[in-house]
Amino acid sequence: MTSIEGNRGEPRVRPPFPANKGLFGKPTVLNNVETYANIAQIILKGADWFKSMGTEKSSGTKVFALGGKIVNTGLVEIPMGTTLREVIEDIGGGVPNGKKFKAAQTGGPSGGCIPAEHFDIPIDYDNLISIGSMMGSGGMIVMDEDNCMVDIAKFFLTFTVDESCGKCTPCRIGNKRLLEYLDKITSGKATLQDLDDMEKLCYYIKDNSLCGLGQTAPNPVLSTLRYFRDEYIAHIVDKKCPAGVCKSLLQYKIVKDSCIGCGMCQRQCPANAISRTDYIAPGKKLAAMEIDPAKCVKCGACMSTCKFKAIIKE
Amino acid sequence: METKMINLKINGMNVTVPEGYTILQAARQAGIKIPTLCYLKDINAIGACRVCVVEVKGARSLVAACVFPVSEGMEVITNSPRVMNSRKTTLELLLSDHKKECLSCVRNRSCELQSLALEYGCDENKYKGATSNYPLDETTPYLVRDNNKCILCRRCVAACKEYQSVAVIGANARGFDTHIACAFENPLSSVACVGCGQCITVCPTGALTEKSEIDNVLAALADPNKYVIVGTAPSVRVGLGEEFNSPIGTEVEGKMAAALRRMGFDNVFDVDFGADLTIMEEGAEFISRVQNGGVLPMITSCSPAWIKFIEHNFPDQLPHLSTCKSPQQMFGAIIKTYYAEKIGKDPKDIYVVSVMPCTAKKFEKTRPDQNAAGEGIPDIDAVLTTRELAKMIKRMGIMFNDLPSEKFDDPLGISTGAAVIFGVTGGVMEAALRTVAEKLTGEELPSVDFTEVRGTKGIKEAEYDIKGLKVKVAVASGLANARVLLDQIKEGKSPYHFIEIMSCPGGCVNGGGQPIRTADERNNVDIKSTRAASIYALDKSMPLRKSHENPAIIEVYKEYLGEPNSHKAHHILHTSYIKRGL
Repeated sequence: MTSIEGNRGEPRVRPPFPANKGLFGKPTVLNNVETYANIAQIILKGADWFKSMGTEKSSGTKVFALGGKIVNTGLVEIPMGTTLREVIEDIGGGVPNGKKFKAAQTGGPSGGCIPAEHFDIPIDYDNLISIGSMMGSGGMIVMDEDNCMVDIAKFFLTFTVDESCGKCTPCRIGNKRLLEYLDKITSGKATLQDLDDMEKLCYYIKDNSLCGLGQTAPNPVLSTLRYFRDEYIAHIVDKKCPAGVCKSLLQYKIVKDSCIGCGMCQRQCPANAISRTDYIAPGKKLAAMEIDPAKCVKCGACMSTCKFKAIIKE
Repeated sequence: METKMINLKINGMNVTVPEGYTILQAARQAGIKIPTLCYLKDINAIGACRVCVVEVKGARSLVAACVFPVSEGMEVITNSPRVMNSRKTTLELLLSDHKKECLSCVRNRSCELQSLALEYGCDENKYKGATSNYPLDETTPYLVRDNNKCILCRRCVAACKEYQSVAVIGANARGFDTHIACAFENPLSSVACVGCGQCITVCPTGALTEKSEIDNVLAALADPNKYVIVGTAPSVRVGLGEEFNSPIGTEVEGKMAAALRRMGFDNVFDVDFGADLTIMEEGAEFISRVQNGGVLPMITSCSPAWIKFIEHNFPDQLPHLSTCKSPQQMFGAIIKTYYAEKIGKDPKDIYVVSVMPCTAKKFEKTRPDQNAAGEGIPDIDAVLTTRELAKMIKRMGIMFNDLPSEKFDDPLGISTGAAVIFGVTGGVMEAALRTVAEKLTGEELPSVDFTEVRGTKGIKEAEYDIKGLKVKVAVASGLANARVLLDQIKEGKSPYHFIEIMSCPGGCVNGGGQPIRTADERNNVDIKSTRAASIYALDKSMPLRKSHENPAIIEVYKEYLGEPNSHKAHHILHTSYIKRGL
């Protein structure tokens, strides 16, 4: 609305709400496109028709943008109350490559992650809120065991930090600091005190921000903390990323007894981090290679080029 | 219609306030202070800083008290741990991206962020991470912007837009990179900034300051080859005391003169003399325009930010401006011509310092056609704001409050009540009317008080019958109000003969160089009127209250200038303007 009025795009204080005083001071109806699309159909076909679908409190249908680690990606429209399992397994065709379902992120950057334990929850507004997520934008991103939940939180928060308009303090500086905490965690430099402080900062930002963007920005962090706190702890205490995503915490290693010493990895390494050792593994003809962790930039080129599965990351 | 009253509970106490009150106002009435940073009465209610958050029963999150209206039955808590911890975190976040050079900061001990950080027991290093690193904007002769100290309260943006309708600053970029600057990151010197300094006086931190000339003045005082003369503007004497813990508007003329003398100035004069001189010239110019069919309405030219404003925004209306230099420039010009001759000094060896409630005066002294004694000899060499003078007094170890009351030096320290009221909106008009009326009628006025043009209203108008000559006058302060009168002129609909404009709301007493008062004081005390009351009291107490009765003025004309608006007076005391456009 402020943009249409020719001003910098920023939220305004409410009350007054747009329905009372909106665009150019006049009452304004401000909704998502999907809401208007529904209203048109409700006017044409009547409320009873709309209420015949969905659950008692959440009528009608909902469109989801299904994506991530799933066989069938794309837009799906489901009646409210459909379970997550139905959406992911029946409609989406399940997680590809035989990997294990880890979580579904709904609601976009303001939403949260739903873990496997809630796989059978019927999707409606109240249920999603009760498990720390939301309907939000209607995004549904499926994650498997290869996804690091701290990294996921960081991904969504990077978006909100980018999108923050900069008007209010909690969102402008708070979310920036929150992202910096996540960076610290994923680079193995955080302490458990940082985790505590970060969690407090999340609740502070939710409680103090001026608009919906700021008030919901910490949700991806809070919901991953709720269901995957052990992953955060692993980053902090063990300095490990269980999913093997966070580069700073990864180490590429050559299993010397599997290495035939072909040297392919050495040729692929952009950082000259790989050299030959003196050790010749039993049954092999050439000396095995090794990686200097100080030089390694963790690009993974060696691992993908090795035909003998002699390079591992941990 | 009777105002509807609203009953609510604040911290468990019953409070009844008029409908439309915000929680902040209601709490204030109940004797509860809610801290604010971005809120500024009348011009900035944006709920951005979040320092004023409170709990409202039933609300999902905390709400900003500065913008949240009260409603019947509302229950508010202003000081729960949830609230106080939130405020503390907000302050700590602000501090995490703040250039913390508090010890040497110009706003040390007058910084609103600092005060709140102390109140809330903040850890200034609680949050570490990226910090902003903006270059200073020092491109103008009057202002320095240090965005590394900016907390994005946007009070400066609001002052520029709402008080002045200048609107040359705003928020640029987004998120963490948001900062206040001119459009397209242009330097302040390249836009239509008028230099009024209202942004400085509303800034809660040290992000905005005047460009200091203290070092130049100290160097001049220490130079044995310089004859250093100082003069003070009317409003400085009702502002300076505030820097030494006196109540708002305390008049300290005598102590100020004593302090300046002890600082080592060779002459301690009064720019009020320049104001009396202005009235002589401006009055004569007005009478001449009326009698000879000149351009009307004539508009006053004392306020340099106003001059720059009309040059940028209404270049075609420049002929309406009086050609008179401002009192400051007349003061410098008469020193470097008449007075230099009188004391047998080469004007090149005279260094004139003016003390002003104003930042635009620092710009004015650099204007072309402001050098009566010749090319390369500016009328004024240095301009200090009231704040800078206070700082110098402190630095030089002068115990201001213990000083005796002393007088200005003769002859350029002699002035009238008409001059001192130049400090308030309507004052120049009133001073001019006192002289114009007597000059036109040749009779003594029964009363010198033209109360119709007094008061802090943005636009005032009055009509006077001076022996059959109807003179319709208007007075505006705040450039947003000036714009209204100028639009009228542009449309050919102005009914006035004479218009007084002062750039700052309320006039110079509230100028951009005056002591900075906190937002809390600005929100709850009428600073303008309090300082103005001291000015009017001073006027009333003076034996002479009409410029043309100032004996020193009479002597200057007799000995040197001849008549007002004479050829010589024109050369020394009048100036020209520039069509700047936008």
